[in-house]
Amino acid sequence: MAASTAVAPVATRGKSPRRKTKLGWNLLGLLVFVTAGFPVYWMLNTAFKPAKDAIDPNPHLFPTHFTLDNFRRALQIGDFWGAIGRSLTVSVVVVVIGIAVGLLAALAISRFAFRGRKIVIVGILAVQMVPLVAMIIPVFLLLNDLGQYDKLSGLIITYLTFILPFTVWTLRGFIVNVPKELEEAAMVDGCTRTGAFIRVVFPLLAPGMVATSVYGFIQAWNEYLYALMLMSQNHQTATVWLSSFTTQHGTEYAPMMAGSTMMAVPIVILFLLVQRKMAAGLTAGAVKG
Amino acid sequence: MSAAETTTAKVPPTRRDPQPGAGSKEPGKPGKKRGTGGGAAVPWALLAPCLLVLALVLGYPLVRLVTLSFQKFGQPQLWGFQAAESVGLDNFTNVLGDAEFWRVVVRTILFAASAVVLTMVIGMLVALLLQRVSGWVKTLINVALVASWGMPIVVAITIFKWMFDSDYGVLNWLLSQLPGVDVTGHNWFISSTQGLAVIMVLVVWGAVPFVVITLSAGLTQVPKELEEAARLDGAGSWGVFRHVTLPILKPIVVMLATLSVIWDMGVFPQVFVMRGGHPEPEYQLLTTYSYDKAFVVNDYSQGSAIALLTVLLLLGVIAVYMRQMLKIGDVE
Repeated sequence: MAASTAVAPVATRGKSPRRKTKLGWNLLGLLVFVTAGFPVYWMLNTAFKPAKDAIDPNPHLFPTHFTLDNFRRALQIGDFWGAIGRSLTVSVVVVVIGIAVGLLAALAISRFAFRGRKIVIVGILAVQMVPLVAMIIPVFLLLNDLGQYDKLSGLIITYLTFILPFTVWTLRGFIVNVPKELEEAAMVDGCTRTGAFIRVVFPLLAPGMVATSVYGFIQAWNEYLYALMLMSQNHQTATVWLSSFTTQHGTEYAPMMAGSTMMAVPIVILFLLVQRKMAAGLTAGAVKG
Repeated sequence: MSAAETTTAKVPPTRRDPQPGAGSKEPGKPGKKRGTGGGAAVPWALLAPCLLVLALVLGYPLVRLVTLSFQKFGQPQLWGFQAAESVGLDNFTNVLGDAEFWRVVVRTILFAASAVVLTMVIGMLVALLLQRVSGWVKTLINVALVASWGMPIVVAITIFKWMFDSDYGVLNWLLSQLPGVDVTGHNWFISSTQGLAVIMVLVVWGAVPFVVITLSAGLTQVPKELEEAARLDGAGSWGVFRHVTLPILKPIVVMLATLSVIWDMGVFPQVFVMRGGHPEPEYQLLTTYSYDKAFVVNDYSQGSAIALLTVLLLLGVIAVYMRQMLKIGDVE
């Protein structure tokens, strides 16, 4: 980069000030990149370095030795695979229920004009705003009464509180983006309304539904508070498992970062795959309005 | 649902069978004859499962939250040794009469407000910067943003705990490399101001990506001609931003700011996990305070009263957001 600044003024006199500003912006951009990415980098860096290097008062910014020992250690702590299995079960079931029920509701509020529609929309949005923490006490008592405390089914029920409103709202965004005219055209050609939906809208909606499912899955997977409160030590989920590295004897940071890596990397990859689509769905109509 | 099913005879039954009823609404007179009743039945049938689930998982607990906050409900009531008795407004007068509560309220509002302002300002600056950098820098920034956005919160907290570790944290080491600075062995959490600042950095770090990516999407929709016209009329960069870009982005900005308020008022695991499950009094925010009252002191009704007051505090913000969302909902 230093070279290009040196060359630029000589080669093209007229363009040099613009190039210089571009270079300035780029340097600033790189600073943003480093700042935003550093925590992630530091997790990976610690995860792959020998545990004794992690507690060196002069940390190495770049890895010198590469080891998988921390991952081995992380897998021994707590019930890793059990926790992963429980997280997977809960997240998948919640998403399946959420999508099945949410799609119907999203259709209703995006394709039908009916009395009470606004109230329903406001209601669905409002419940999305209630902080989970505010609900924890009554939810705890409810599950206690129903005998669902410390059960995966109980956790699934509680996760629906935040997955369902979210699913309805995002699916609505995706449905709205499918032009009504397509459906109407199919109906003119003799399709019933259901037929038009299944043959025309549904295929166009599929990517949005996949994105919503993945996003919902990630949200359920990442939930911490309910998982902590409603499940005992023996039935903890992946997020709560992550705290097993801290004991009275201190925290094993290097294996903890290995554990974090195992938890985060698959999620981040999933997230990378769908985030563009999600941003589109979440903001559907926000700008044009 | 069953009402709608009767109208579906002519189509193969699918899992989405309530919809066909809508078919009868549009083409024929017979459908019209069923009139508003038949037309409205379909959307309501579609909504029914969703509303039913929400009523169970959200409605009931919400009602319980309200009733709890007017009752005396502790350990004996939880185990069923004693019936919960109504105590009127006692819980609220207790909470509102407690100086500690007001300190927590002020702390929470200050924390949330600073976090939201920081998130929005940094988010806007980065979004604007993204428009000016070269393609490869843009890609790098986007990758970093999406990676930090997708990070599970608990993982992010864990990483920050590690980076800010007093003995082996990389931050102390990095800062000590600066000339004249020596923070070796500095414990950021001894002082709650510094500790909460660290937690705020964590919250902002996690929240900025969503803001940047949403604002960037919005910025691509700002007509270039408008900006150029303003520039020709002699507006500087700030003028163009203030009078052209910002007004166009306003709906998105309002939406993002309101969402941020709600999220930042609801910060819980960040404080809870950072403080090892036992936040000190100077670290309490409304969420952890309510949790503490309920599950540490075992006073579920006071915890509920605090939670309810938090929700009421948020309602003002939600009202603004709701109007925005309804507007969006209408433009279709």
